[in-house]
Amino acid sequence: MLHYANPQHFLSLARRLTPWLLGAALLLLAVGVFLALFVAPPDYQQGDASRIMYVHVPAAWMSMFVYGCMAAASVAAFVFKHPLGDVAAKAAAPAGAVFTALALVTGMLWGKPMWGAWWVWDARLTSVLILFFLYIAYIALWDAIEEPTRAARMARILCLVGAVNIPIIHFSVEWWNTLHQGSTVFRLDGPKMPPSMLTPLLVMAIAYTVLFAALLLVRMRTEILGRRLRTLRLTSKERRRDLL
Amino acid sequence: MRAFGALLRRDIVLSVRSGGGAGLGAGFFVLVLVLAPLGLGPEQSLLRSAAPGLIWIAALLANLLGLERVIEPDLQDGTLDLLRLSSLPLELVVLAKVAAHWLTNGLVICLLAPLVASMLFVQSQVLWVLMLSLLLGTPGLSFIGTAGAALSAGVRRGGILLALIVLPLNIPALIFGASAVSAAQRGGDPSQALLLLAALSLIAAVVASLAGAAALRLNED
Repeated sequence: MLHYANPQHFLSLARRLTPWLLGAALLLLAVGVFLALFVAPPDYQQGDASRIMYVHVPAAWMSMFVYGCMAAASVAAFVFKHPLGDVAAKAAAPAGAVFTALALVTGMLWGKPMWGAWWVWDARLTSVLILFFLYIAYIALWDAIEEPTRAARMARILCLVGAVNIPIIHFSVEWWNTLHQGSTVFRLDGPKMPPSMLTPLLVMAIAYTVLFAALLLVRMRTEILGRRLRTLRLTSKERRRDLL
Repeated sequence: MRAFGALLRRDIVLSVRSGGGAGLGAGFFVLVLVLAPLGLGPEQSLLRSAAPGLIWIAALLANLLGLERVIEPDLQDGTLDLLRLSSLPLELVVLAKVAAHWLTNGLVICLLAPLVASMLFVQSQVLWVLMLSLLLGTPGLSFIGTAGAALSAGVRRGGILLALIVLPLNIPALIFGASAVSAAQRGGDPSQALLLLAALSLIAAVVASLAGAAALRLNED
């Protein structure tokens, strides 16, 4: 980890890893979609409409996982002063926001035929919506402050303050009476799902994770190179001014 | 301790003076709730059932209004640098600012709430639950708001960013506050929601003091 604190080492690793990760993600997505659409059994009540679960559930898992990654990166930057911690958190945020939006939208598309409503204000849906707003606020904070180091410090704090929402989302189906289904996979006594459904779900989840890793590396590279560009621009203006 | 009292008194006096905006939050609160029957129509049962949510939303927005005067002016005129150098720990500085904000904003809202609630045809036996819910919830709103103000201080167009940061974090207080009053209206027991509301304010007190102090510390440039 310390070896990759050097941005140059990290950039070369990212450049080499990204195509492999993207390829693996596409392959896993293809396998996952095939399993989800053709191999997994239809639900006895919902029929084929339940197959949206294989898109919705991994997206929801990713929305929380990405925020967890952001929080870990913020801690690495805050406590251990890791130079790439802020970069990682900033790079992860848009992906997390998109996963959350995907989970909300696919949830709505699933909810309309199943529950008869596009949206209900129950604990889980509301807390995931709050998570989405937190992502937007985080991205807005980064955009609002021009100087990257100052923006990084503020963003760290916001990320860690909002991290309290993640356990609330996970346990919301236990603590409140919700319309949303309870925990079926992440339970203390193991998943309650048959392997024919669990396998496509896990394949899709791993595919999403690998895709996120690839996108994260791309965005981190862009961010590091962007900061270099900014420094070059600022110093070149100074040099030009001194020459005149 | 004297420094804490001095800072608290300074903030209260500044906000009460002309241009300070002490009454603005409360005025906005009343104004929004006057707009409600004009927009929703005068039907009593509709206003009565919508009242808890409307009052709490108005409280949230009025809380937001007072926040621009908590950190931003001190950043602009250099008082923040002096506070950073003082013997008072930044966490207590944040606490003093939150107390000043709450006394001129949240507390006034609590006291005005029975009046506007009666305007919305809320039953008189529910009014004490409303006041209690606001009393327990508005300190938490002030804490989260001040931490948000510290995070967005010195940012161009920081007002919108402040709203974007603070409102999602205030949503749980809104939910529990409104549900406490609704439960009382239906004849049920509001104590569960009120206890959770108190818990939220206590958690906000700790987290926001630490986060706000960290943000103030990191604001030096």
